[in-house]
Amino acid sequence: MSDVQTMRAWLLTDTPSSRRHAKLASLYKGWLTLRSNTMAMFGLAILVFLGLVALFAPLLAPYDWMAQDLGNRLQPLGAEGHLLGTDSLGRDILSRLIYGSRITLYIVALVALIAPIAGLLVGTVSGYAGGWVDVVLMRITDIFLAFPRLVLALAFVAALGAGIENAVLAISLTAWPPYARIARAETLTIRSSDYISAIRLQGAGPLRIIMKHIWPLCISSLIVRVTLDMAGIILAAAGLGFLGLGAQPPSPEWGAMIAEGRRFILDHWWVATMPGLAIFTVSLAFNLLGDGLRDVLDPKDGNQ
Amino acid sequence: MTLLEVEDLWVKFPTRQGIFEAVRGVSFSLGKERLGIVGESGSGKSMTGRAILRLIRKPGIVEAGHITLEGTDLMQLSEKEMRKVRGQRISMVMQDPKFSLNPVMTIGAQMMEAYLLHKNTSKTQARAKSLEMLKAVSISDPERVMRAYPHEMSGGMGQRIMIAMMLIPDPQILIADEPTSALDVSVQRQVLDIMDRLVTERGMGLIFISHDLNLVAEFCDRVLIMYAGRVVEVCDADRLHEAKHPYTQGLLNSLPRIEDPRKHLVALKRDDAWAEAPSVSGVKADA
Amino acid sequence: MADAPVTTERRSTAPLFSWAKPIVFTLGSVAVTMLGLLFVTFIIGRVMPIDPVLAVLGERASQEAYDATYKAMGLDQPLLVQFFYYLTDVLRGDFGMSILNARPVSEDIARVFPATLELATIGIIIGVVLGVPLGVVAAVKRGSWIDQIARVVALVGYSMPIFWLGLMGLLVFYGILGWVGGPGRLDIFYEDIVPARTGMILVDSAIAGDWSVFRNAFSHIVLPASLLGYYSLAYISRMTRSFMLEQLSAEYVTTARVKGMSEWAVIWVHVFKNIRVQLITVIALSYANLLEGSVLTEIIFSWPGIGSYITTSLLSADMNAVLGGTVVVGLVFIVLNVFSDLLYRVFDPRSK
Repeated sequence: MSDVQTMRAWLLTDTPSSRRHAKLASLYKGWLTLRSNTMAMFGLAILVFLGLVALFAPLLAPYDWMAQDLGNRLQPLGAEGHLLGTDSLGRDILSRLIYGSRITLYIVALVALIAPIAGLLVGTVSGYAGGWVDVVLMRITDIFLAFPRLVLALAFVAALGAGIENAVLAISLTAWPPYARIARAETLTIRSSDYISAIRLQGAGPLRIIMKHIWPLCISSLIVRVTLDMAGIILAAAGLGFLGLGAQPPSPEWGAMIAEGRRFILDHWWVATMPGLAIFTVSLAFNLLGDGLRDVLDPKDGNQ
Repeated sequence: MTLLEVEDLWVKFPTRQGIFEAVRGVSFSLGKERLGIVGESGSGKSMTGRAILRLIRKPGIVEAGHITLEGTDLMQLSEKEMRKVRGQRISMVMQDPKFSLNPVMTIGAQMMEAYLLHKNTSKTQARAKSLEMLKAVSISDPERVMRAYPHEMSGGMGQRIMIAMMLIPDPQILIADEPTSALDVSVQRQVLDIMDRLVTERGMGLIFISHDLNLVAEFCDRVLIMYAGRVVEVCDADRLHEAKHPYTQGLLNSLPRIEDPRKHLVALKRDDAWAEAPSVSGVKADA
Repeated sequence: MADAPVTTERRSTAPLFSWAKPIVFTLGSVAVTMLGLLFVTFIIGRVMPIDPVLAVLGERASQEAYDATYKAMGLDQPLLVQFFYYLTDVLRGDFGMSILNARPVSEDIARVFPATLELATIGIIIGVVLGVPLGVVAAVKRGSWIDQIARVVALVGYSMPIFWLGLMGLLVFYGILGWVGGPGRLDIFYEDIVPARTGMILVDSAIAGDWSVFRNAFSHIVLPASLLGYYSLAYISRMTRSFMLEQLSAEYVTTARVKGMSEWAVIWVHVFKNIRVQLITVIALSYANLLEGSVLTEIIFSWPGIGSYITTSLLSADMNAVLGGTVVVGLVFIVLNVFSDLLYRVFDPRSK
């Protein structure tokens, strides 16, 4: 107990004794603010739950997600042994949803890695180099921003072929420009600050300045933006899946499941409804968490 | 003769750490005089001015024994009745004309609006009155200024326009909240002189809020010194050097003076007891 | 300091050039963006795993015919030259032939675009008419129940897949309640009755004075348009709220209150004028997004617009059609951006 007390005191100190101490203390204070935001914690709980479901899918799923049982097709909710019913091939919807969470997390994780990193690279280089490099890179960014995102993703998938990886690539290609804008704006303010001049006077090269001093400062605004974008990414991936351009059948991707259930919407509504609820819950969770994170990391935009 | 009397005014803001008291039990009276309120930022001087007009927005809370304007207690008025007081009887000029004028409306529209709100007259009349008022604040080309937008004006002109606009409905009291702090030193004097002339001509009461002790001492008749939401000292402006409170003395000692040059200025040393001591009443004895 | 309003002086005597410059600059950047857009679509068209020659000739073409067509299509030229050909074609409004129905893609697009326009326009009207007041009230009465409702509305709009909500809407309002028409623009019985003048059935039937067709078309469009309206409402109300909150803490608002204005007059006369400019940008953006958001909506409601045109062409590997559709939607995006930029200059005196 007293250990916990001193730990808390150590984290809440006003006079940190080292850089690591200061960093941990500010993380802890951010966590405390986030924790007081009920909705954000609710979102986080859903996402943790989703992670666990994806991790333990083989243990949790009552059936094999591929196992067909044509004699048992289109069973309603709460049918014997099938809590959420079965689809047109008699596959257990709950099991498919559980396995589908893996695909959703996979897509989100990949896009959340690719797009911000690409944006960060373009943005910092553009902001730091300035001059014609900046003009060219920002013009390219504008061109990508001028495209309607889903239509551009459609065109990319058309060129690359349907499939999860290509869907990820297409979404990333349409998602990076806003990150580049943010990173560039941050870079411009940081670049002209006095401490960067000081570092430069000490002989630091541009590579070191960008990697050691500019990137770490861009991270927090990028994280907020990524979290808020996650919902959009999930919806875009589900949309591509729904159009038959993302994950291919028999994959239990949620968007594809809705597309399949669409044919029976009037008579067997649950087939399309359940995966939609799953998508809704997860993107809602990301939105709630993103709002909370924004209040912690980026207080100027949040509700004062 | 007393225009305004404020008794036991409190302004509170609920925060996560508990209730923050910005103004704590301030009392004073105002006649046809120039009353200065001096204090550092956060001392509650601006909040006092805004509380009189009941401009403190929720979740802020204003409490007072009474705020009496010629016999009417403003605290008892409905919001609708209060709107008749604002502008028409008590008006306010704020710090920076860059922010206190609406950037997307012409100056003419904003001035005429101030007049039309309270007077039941035609637009032509309002226009004529606005032009007259602009002339009264020494603006040489009022026709053009009426058509212009605020961003096209310099700070000094902006503040004169602000004064003209606020005096159009002929209020009895003007609250000037740091009216010259955002201006170039070169035009501060000019704006003050114009304000002084108009206030005196019209027999108005003026509450002059500032952080600048010298300016207030020079410009006002009476001074309230505020510290941590309370009035710590009240004195006549010409007898400020006789001030007794250590805070006032500290402030005076921290300023350089030509007639009494010193090697080192004394840094202000604060005493927690100042914040604890009850507020001094600024009600004028002969009122 | 001099009394003369220095800046006004400069403005009145300013040369013609001062306002022409930003316009030239805007047009220049629009041209560059369009060029980039066309280049991207061109590249996408070239990396397609579909052989454009075989797509024209069919699988069983002879080698000679193949080579001849290969040359005729300019495929032996360097990439940049090919891009130049593509560019001149597109500028003439020629997107090539559709492989699916052997008609010019531009004709197809001219036919399907009005359907999308009709849908998106009604959607944006719903979004603006409901979204702006909701955002204003939510900001003014911050923390009240109406603010909470606005928050939930936006949150749901940001989180719910549009195609799923469309399906649910069909299930409830068409399948169960029978309040609205089903998928498609009209019941079969009403098709081809009114002459197509604008391609927008509500307008065409109103011109023809055929109100039974109008009613039927309305019953079909109301659900998809409300769906799109809801999504733009979510965005518009949220943005309006945050613009309002930003302005409400501005000092000129206090000035207006000091004058003795009522709270609603302060908001609609003073504050709203200040957020107008930002709102225009948001509305233009959200209108453009609706044109795009209609891709999924059109699929759900079998709406013969540009979204379903692109998608069906895509599924049958009709690349000219896909690229043509993409270019058109991209152009609409750019035009709306320029439009909001110009309105910005008109409404904000500081931008002059």
